[in-house]
Amino acid sequence: MLDVFTLFLFNIIVYNIPLLYGTTGEIMIEKSGSLNLGVEGTMAIGAVAGYLVGAKTDSLFVAVLVSFIASGLVGLLFSFLTVTLQANQNVTGLTITTFGVAFYYFIGNALSNSKGGWPKLSGTALDAQSQALHIPGLSDIPVVGKALFSHGILVYFGIIIAILMWLYFKKTVPGLKLRAIGENPAAADSLGVNVALYKYTHIIIGSGIMGIGGLYMGLNMGGTFEGSNCWINGYGWISIALVIFANWSPAKALLGTLVFGFFNTLRVQNAALAYVFPNTLGWLTKIPSHFFSALPFIITLLVLIISSMTSKDKSGEPQAIGRNYYREDR
Amino acid sequence: MKKLFSLVVTAALAVTSLFAFAGCSSASQGGSGASEFKVGAIYINSQNDTSGYTYAHHHGITEAMKTVGLDPSKDLYIVDNVPEDDEKVKQAIDQLAGNGCDIIFGISFGYINAMEEKAKEYPDIIFSHATGYLSNDKNFNNYFGRIYQARYLAGIAAGYKSLATGNNNIGYVSAWGTEYAETCSGINGFALGAMSVNPDAKISVYEIFTWGDQELERQAAETLIDTYGCGVIAQHCDSAQPQIVANEKGVYGCGYNSDMTAEAPEAHLTAPIWNWDAYYATAMKAAMTDPSTFMTAVGNYYEGLNAGLVDVSALSKNCEPETKEAIDLAKNLMKSGEWDVFSGVKLSFSGAAGSVAVAKTDSALIANDGKEIVVAGGPSVDDGVIQGSMNYYVEGVTQVN
Repeated sequence: MLDVFTLFLFNIIVYNIPLLYGTTGEIMIEKSGSLNLGVEGTMAIGAVAGYLVGAKTDSLFVAVLVSFIASGLVGLLFSFLTVTLQANQNVTGLTITTFGVAFYYFIGNALSNSKGGWPKLSGTALDAQSQALHIPGLSDIPVVGKALFSHGILVYFGIIIAILMWLYFKKTVPGLKLRAIGENPAAADSLGVNVALYKYTHIIIGSGIMGIGGLYMGLNMGGTFEGSNCWINGYGWISIALVIFANWSPAKALLGTLVFGFFNTLRVQNAALAYVFPNTLGWLTKIPSHFFSALPFIITLLVLIISSMTSKDKSGEPQAIGRNYYREDR
Repeated sequence: MKKLFSLVVTAALAVTSLFAFAGCSSASQGGSGASEFKVGAIYINSQNDTSGYTYAHHHGITEAMKTVGLDPSKDLYIVDNVPEDDEKVKQAIDQLAGNGCDIIFGISFGYINAMEEKAKEYPDIIFSHATGYLSNDKNFNNYFGRIYQARYLAGIAAGYKSLATGNNNIGYVSAWGTEYAETCSGINGFALGAMSVNPDAKISVYEIFTWGDQELERQAAETLIDTYGCGVIAQHCDSAQPQIVANEKGVYGCGYNSDMTAEAPEAHLTAPIWNWDAYYATAMKAAMTDPSTFMTAVGNYYEGLNAGLVDVSALSKNCEPETKEAIDLAKNLMKSGEWDVFSGVKLSFSGAAGSVAVAKTDSALIANDGKEIVVAGGPSVDDGVIQGSMNYYVEGVTQVN
């Protein structure tokens, strides 16, 4: 048994880390000047492909690799359509979401109806490898040890990706060139940066990162497929909003994930907090549960309003976002 | 040229993914029928589901068709993934009427108004609506079952487990609470069953405010176990997540709709289940014999253990040894009509495995706010209340959120 406070902190991380994968992946894509609304579908495809191959080979490493590749291929499709063929980015992204989620159900239902059935997670090596790690010393600290240092490897991997991406944007030359493309592709092009190559590479890598987040959600749900309830459950859309919350910074995406995770967890745990601390937090039960369910989205709206009111100078939004770059228009 | 090409490719991709959806959304199995009688069905989820609500109905319909000598691959027309939207339901009905269906089953509550309206438009087709409360005297009925009886039986299994572990706290992850009589009567039935074995049992209900959300179901079960110290987790929601969590945390659980022992081998006790084919066979037989007498022969259908419409799944190895005998005793009392759950008579079980005995005592049915619902020794609560307006928890039940 966990005390309510530890469970609260633990759940903020364990249920919301997929948002970090979705957000950092989308930040990488948007920094190249492309707006990909296909996060939900990209995550769904990465989840189902990574889980199935991972279950077959019984290896978390293979699962992660395959979800990265599968979602990367979706990214390749998006790049081909929007960079090479100059298709509308919004429409392409939405199409990918529709396609990806339908693909998830199509594969899942087909496999559930087949002879062997949907592969089970419990008892496999894949399950064991995705379980919480015990870090000597750190994991044994009361409260904090369980809440922060007793997670599966993919939780830490997501955080490492966010930090590395932040360093990449800030400290490296390719990161600088990428940001230049997002701001003004024509200027970058005139300085000899291969715009199409940069866009392709970063859209594919960003999509691949989203796919790992999708895989994480599937593993976190015990790997069970439900014919009416997708693993991704709207997290792809929230990730797109979190990009704005994070002001296009991978470091702030980590903060955004935690803030959003706090309200997301409060939605479930408010009654438990009021039950354990009746004197200080008893008032939580007076608020209707539906308000807590709506809270994360109200926060998103507020963030959108505030970020649209602040000055453009401080905004990390790439200036050329959403517009295709056509060299001959220069 | 480049733009035109890209437009074509994007359009092609869009159309492909549309088809991926449509493939699930309105595939009908019917072909040109050989026999006369055709069955239509409207589902809320996919006909390809392998568990859950739509699966249970689809399975029931196909099994019943085999029983009455129809071929599901030829005589069954399905429109699936139909949301609870009057226009969509009406379109589905028109499609099935166009296919020449003689009877149309609608399985979701929200189909109610569309079905009532279309029953007037197509007087020669029989409309049969699950979980609803509307009907007419010619060609429109509703059907549901006494699932609270099966939940009472599952409660007995949970009660024995709580006695054996010495933990009186039992959790219940529920889609809805007192807003729907269906969930409310289920919770009460389960609680009374648990308390018939362990009078000190306390049932904590966590309401998730949706019929299905795997993540919420999971977190609700975690909270019930970690914060409220529950040692058995029952559920009225779509997925097996509450049982999986019980398994992970080393406690026990009662699933719903299907035997969830496969998902939670060390935790699952038994689950209340539906055998919808019992109704579907009855309805099809009556409609095939003489559709004009359907409403007198079948009418509004509300049966339970007696008709085999509801039951509990096979008891798992995790159940206490006394469980089977006690469940059989209670089942027989309900099957014979001698006793029912929401009456002024309480059952209590005693004795070790091999000599379990049941005793009946007159005792009032009290709501958890202290209000007396049925006097001691009084008759059962009306079916209309159980089906449509039960909005109170019995003593021993608390909603935690």
